[in-house]
Amino acid sequence: MAQSTDPDETPADHDRRLLTLGNAPPVVRSGRDAISTELALTLFRQMVRTRALEERSIKMSKSGEAYFWIGGPGEEALNVCLGLQIHRGQGPAFDYLHLHYRNAGTLLSMGMPMVDHIRQLAMTATDRHSLGRNFVGHYAMPEWNVVPVTSVIEVQMVMAPGTALMQKRHGGEGISVAVTGDAGTAEGDFESCLLWSSRPGNELPVLVLVANNGYGISTTHASQHAARRIAARGEPYGIRNETVDGNDPVVMWNALERAMRYVRTQRKPFILEANVSRLHGHSSSSGAQRNWTEYDVVAGFEQKLIDCGATDADQVRAMKDEAKAEADDAADAVATEPRPSPLDVYMGTYAPSSVDAVYPKDYTGLPGRRR
Amino acid sequence: MATLVQAVRLALHYGETHLGVTDVFGEDVGPPLGGVFTATQGLKTAWNTPLDERGILGTAMGIAYAGGRPVCEIQFCDYAFNSIDLMKVAGNQRWCSGGQFPLPMVVMTPNGAGIRGSIYHSHSFESWASRLAGWKVVMPSNPLDAYGLMLSAIADPNPVLVLLPKALMRVKGDKPLPGEPADADELARRIDAPIGDRTQWQPDWPEVSEYFVPIGRGDLVREGDSATVVTWGRLVPVCVRAADDLSRELGFTFDVIDLRSIFPYDWDLIAHSVEKTGRVLIANEDTEVTNFGEHLLRRVVDEHFYDLLVKPRTLMGKHVPGIGINQTYEENSVPQYTDVVAAMRDLAADAA
Repeated sequence: MAQSTDPDETPADHDRRLLTLGNAPPVVRSGRDAISTELALTLFRQMVRTRALEERSIKMSKSGEAYFWIGGPGEEALNVCLGLQIHRGQGPAFDYLHLHYRNAGTLLSMGMPMVDHIRQLAMTATDRHSLGRNFVGHYAMPEWNVVPVTSVIEVQMVMAPGTALMQKRHGGEGISVAVTGDAGTAEGDFESCLLWSSRPGNELPVLVLVANNGYGISTTHASQHAARRIAARGEPYGIRNETVDGNDPVVMWNALERAMRYVRTQRKPFILEANVSRLHGHSSSSGAQRNWTEYDVVAGFEQKLIDCGATDADQVRAMKDEAKAEADDAADAVATEPRPSPLDVYMGTYAPSSVDAVYPKDYTGLPGRRR
Repeated sequence: MATLVQAVRLALHYGETHLGVTDVFGEDVGPPLGGVFTATQGLKTAWNTPLDERGILGTAMGIAYAGGRPVCEIQFCDYAFNSIDLMKVAGNQRWCSGGQFPLPMVVMTPNGAGIRGSIYHSHSFESWASRLAGWKVVMPSNPLDAYGLMLSAIADPNPVLVLLPKALMRVKGDKPLPGEPADADELARRIDAPIGDRTQWQPDWPEVSEYFVPIGRGDLVREGDSATVVTWGRLVPVCVRAADDLSRELGFTFDVIDLRSIFPYDWDLIAHSVEKTGRVLIANEDTEVTNFGEHLLRRVVDEHFYDLLVKPRTLMGKHVPGIGINQTYEENSVPQYTDVVAAMRDLAADAA
């Protein structure tokens, strides 16, 4: 493992030191798209970290350390490219994130420590997202505008116009990013989001991001949806849209950059659909076994970076070892942390209220004195 | 005296000028109509939305997340059923996030029967709403309470559902709102939008002032010894009239409790009264199977069984799929004055 001894080392410095060969090219290309080699290596490192975290999480769900796993192996490029382009902060000047439950890579690349993910998976009282209440990947972080992720498919889509409305009023470049899978777009809430984001004269800075992995649990997208492209459903609303290969990090980065620039500057909605893989099925409920028939974006990008001379196999191995160790350390750290107590059951239901005669502070069980 | 719907409008005006309300919105809520019941006429933050209750709820949540103070309207509670899971989500956001995401939002919606509204303008919602943990649910029965409960709903930093009895919208109260002009006609001239072209119309708001009815506090609207009646919304004036009539004609006197808050409810007020009278009737117009009144009845039985002199009872709407437009349907499925007076007389007269 390549442990840094320099406390001031930035992640970019780290990637350069860890990965870059002396004869690395200045850019990595894919078709007409290109990104700097430095950025490509940063993306790759975050994708490897995300994969390591997901694989450790799946192991925990199988070992009994957790009850349930759901996540996004196969969506790493999309998630990491998103996280690294988010304007991170609290309030309408910054981006709001209306995520679904496959976005670990987004928050990891924004700077969330792995242990914050593992704690939710392990249902500890230290779980900063939900106090051990919610499934893994159901993040909630007010300081980064990550509104609570819910298992109810697509409800996030109707909340995004609300945050975007406040952002438009506030001014600046903050946008609301609403992430959905393909199956969820069958819900009316997807259409509601398009409708509310495109009201004439009241267009809103909403980026709809569709991670199309081709499945809703066991049902194929193609068997239920006649629409050729999901993103094209923006056209009747006059919403610009694009469908890209989410398994190509170079393409994904540039598509997101274009879409975000449009939404940030034009203050209007955009639909970006990314075709991605689903490498471990829907969730642990379907076994979470690796599907070796689908394209693996991490392996593919690794080969591309080696082929173009940006890195080599030894350095990739070192980085994977480091990521795996990081995930293992996080899992070990939470093993002995406290679990929720019966006293936590009611906690956090109500915010303190000066106009409530029964619950001025928080919920305390049924009203009144029990006789 | 202001009507209930005028009181709501004045409360929303106070809310947007003094309590930080940023948005009052819903179907037909903005100009030119200002709400199908006129609750939002003339408000500076009122705007119209698509005909999409789920979008209304979700947008309110987003506005609240981003620091706004939304009051949204579902045009009739009959149309809230397609968004009940969004209400569930709104109610659990703070709890699910371990207390990190309060959601200061108000949803108001007309509730109940009594306007000859046929099947889809006659529903009651309070029993459904009582199952939405994380919400507070209030239902005024007169203009002053509507004003005070709406201000509390706005000031409370949690999701609050304000259920407005449809049949009482146009009913005037007997207590003035703080700052309301003494002359009802003057109030109407100043804040009711004119019929016809209203593009140039501006309201002339009276200087109303702050008045909170605390959430969770019921009101003992009649005091007596014979029995306790717990009710809310549309049946409050019906129960009061029955109590007055029975007092005059038969000498029975009743504690009539206007619950005002469905959740949290004023259990101490109910409990003290039941301890005193030993007789209780819970009356409301919602349908009878898994009615919120049954929950109160359960607590009465659990906690006051040995205080009871006679069996506790309920008077509720019949368990039928809807309320038909012909009045035969409503009169025979929703508690009417004659049903209320009979139930109260039987309760008071039952041999202990």
